[in-house]
Amino acid sequence: MADSRISVAPEARRGEPFEVRISIRHPMETGYRTNESGEHVPRNVIRRFSCRYNGTPVFAVRVTSGIAANPYFRFFVTARESGALDFEWVDDAGVRGEARAEVKVV
Amino acid sequence: MSRWPIALAAAAALSSPSVPAQQRALPVDALRSGLEFAGSDVRGIQADDVANPGFLWVDRGEKSWRDAAGGKSCASCHGDAAASMRGVAAHYPALDPSAGQVIDLEARINACRVRHQGAKPLARESDELLALTAYVAYQSRGMPIAASIDGAARASFERGRVLYVTRHGQMNLSCAQCHEGSWGKRLYAETISQGHGNAFPAYRLEWQTLGSLQRRIRACLFGIRAEMPRPGAPELTDLELYLAWRAQGLPLEAPGVRR
Amino acid sequence: MKPPATSLMLIRRRLLQGTAALALSRALPSIAAPEPPDIPLLTQLLAGRSPRWERLRLELPALADNGLTVPMKLTMPGPFAPGPTVQAIHLFSEKNPVPDMAVFEFPVPVEKIEIDSRVRLAGSQKVVAVAVMSDAALYAAMAEVVVTIAACLDGS
Repeated sequence: MADSRISVAPEARRGEPFEVRISIRHPMETGYRTNESGEHVPRNVIRRFSCRYNGTPVFAVRVTSGIAANPYFRFFVTARESGALDFEWVDDAGVRGEARAEVKVV
Repeated sequence: MSRWPIALAAAAALSSPSVPAQQRALPVDALRSGLEFAGSDVRGIQADDVANPGFLWVDRGEKSWRDAAGGKSCASCHGDAAASMRGVAAHYPALDPSAGQVIDLEARINACRVRHQGAKPLARESDELLALTAYVAYQSRGMPIAASIDGAARASFERGRVLYVTRHGQMNLSCAQCHEGSWGKRLYAETISQGHGNAFPAYRLEWQTLGSLQRRIRACLFGIRAEMPRPGAPELTDLELYLAWRAQGLPLEAPGVRR
Repeated sequence: MKPPATSLMLIRRRLLQGTAALALSRALPSIAAPEPPDIPLLTQLLAGRSPRWERLRLELPALADNGLTVPMKLTMPGPFAPGPTVQAIHLFSEKNPVPDMAVFEFPVPVEKIEIDSRVRLAGSQKVVAVAVMSDAALYAAMAEVVVTIAACLDGS
């Protein structure tokens, strides 16, 4: 499993919203499960996800176990200049994930 | 698990004379993928290549394909998977000539690792093996299932067929009773499918992860309160081959999503 | 020729329509505002204010395929700027052990508010969404989902 799969609209028109989709590999362990040996599996979920567009935060999510495993987010960002979308997330264990996508603005 | 050979012998002794392979309970033109019995949530997730979590494994498999595992990568022999693996998964389970037995795709990948890459086999249901299987299966996306039951594969097919029509477990049910006798009927809030394996490895919502067809078969057996064979057990491959024959012509959905 | 918009006839018609609308909303207040379930974190967020049950749209399937992964969609039509913009949208569960499901934050104003994600629901329940605007106004939406157990137990 890759860390994430991203899709950004191929071309964004300046001043207009463009679509961003991201799917992240994470079990989002709720802390309410037991494994096959009957041991309690501790909670470990992504707690924060953020997206920066050319360095400016444009979208973020405070995440809990209420979001399904292998989280998926689809949202819109208003196009300004061409550049990079930087995605970051961190889970309860402090493990960070990141990804980057390019956006071309016409 | 030790009861299986006894059950097989008993079933063989008690069952009717073996049915010619051409006789199908579900004619080829009446086959329907499990997707038709899935709810709209499942269908929507499978239809979207970013929302479909199975792609997280496909993407990882693509990386693994190029990684040198114990010295040699898959790519060093097979080059570009899109070319070399096109149609391969649609023909599995298949006869492994050197082993002289039918093996599934997961076993084929492990055989390659051991024989040609100087690597250890990957554990069944490990993310690494699922990723490679999903990546190879993806190269057959949309292609019709076409597993052979000819020659030396016939014995495995016949064992799978007997297992399929034999009652198992506390509920004393056979696969055929639900998936041939009662498909389309409701079971609680679900509709019983024809029980094809054309979408595996699949992201099963109940598992919250990708899993193999063997896992799905084991889950069914658990559901009827039968003992589950261990992952990799030969009877599971026999069933996989029988299922592939049953599903002949159905498009391979890769990566699949199921409830 | 079309009469000017400021004609007395039109003004009179508009006044009558307005009065009638007022009478209607006063007579039937309960239809306009649904009763959200009692969720302490939701009550805390509302802080005594009544949200407007309009504009914000929360879509969830009426019958989920599996409670572990339920597709969710939030939309809110604009226009926003130069007026109040959406700062955050909170999502609450009626029955989950953790009632605050997510907060979608918008650090910069965005014209298109459309979010898709997938939630976990521990059984049949209501889900409430609250959008907090830059002028502290609140919009809310609610959806009810039926979640069933799987037909067969899976011990794999």
